[in-house]
Amino acid sequence: MAQRNDENTDIRYLNPVTVEVKKKKYCRFKKAGIKYVDYKDAEFLKKFLNEQGKILPRRLTGTSLKFQKKVAQAIKRARHLALLPYVTDLLK
Amino acid sequence: MLKNYETVFIATPVLSEAQMKETAAKYISLIKENGGKVVSEEDWGLKKLAYPIQKKTSGFYHLVEFQAEPDFVEKLETQYRRDERIIRFLTFAMDKDAVAYAEKRRANWAAKKSGAAAEKKETNE
Repeated sequence: MAQRNDENTDIRYLNPVTVEVKKKKYCRFKKAGIKYVDYKDAEFLKKFLNEQGKILPRRLTGTSLKFQKKVAQAIKRARHLALLPYVTDLLK
Repeated sequence: MLKNYETVFIATPVLSEAQMKETAAKYISLIKENGGKVVSEEDWGLKKLAYPIQKKTSGFYHLVEFQAEPDFVEKLETQYRRDERIIRFLTFAMDKDAVAYAEKRRANWAAKKSGAAAEKKETNE
């Protein structure tokens, strides 16, 4: 059934579809061999926050599960110590 | 058995410099009395808080790295809660990676401080 639809509805694109080249994401902690995420280093933790100060998901940062948990824990500790805001606008 | 701990506390900015030193010294002596050993101590001084705590927007940060008996931490934290000059505190049990990191960080903290001290000396010469 599906085959027949493909034949008579061949879609013609105006310009060729640019398939977004998939950049191989890697876990920066494994690559750099970092073992411990310091909760006192606010500058480094800011790389894992978006503008509102929310934690970026793994699918964007590409970090492995083990280190994402450490980063999330460190960020929450930094927020407790008011080194990082809980919510803000234009954090960067 | 002595475990490695790291504690950071924030004192109200209302305090004068002397009072701040006195509170820090109070906790250092508390650690020493209870059989603990202070590994290192850092004073970050007056820093702006990311959000107001108890209506105050800045505070004196103080970091103490020490080794102590596990049951001492409870005593330390009750002291923190009782002391009204401390507006926020965090005690953190350090694993071996944290200890290795702390040593490295202390090295460049000292280097940075001596760097800053050297600059100060140059400026006023």
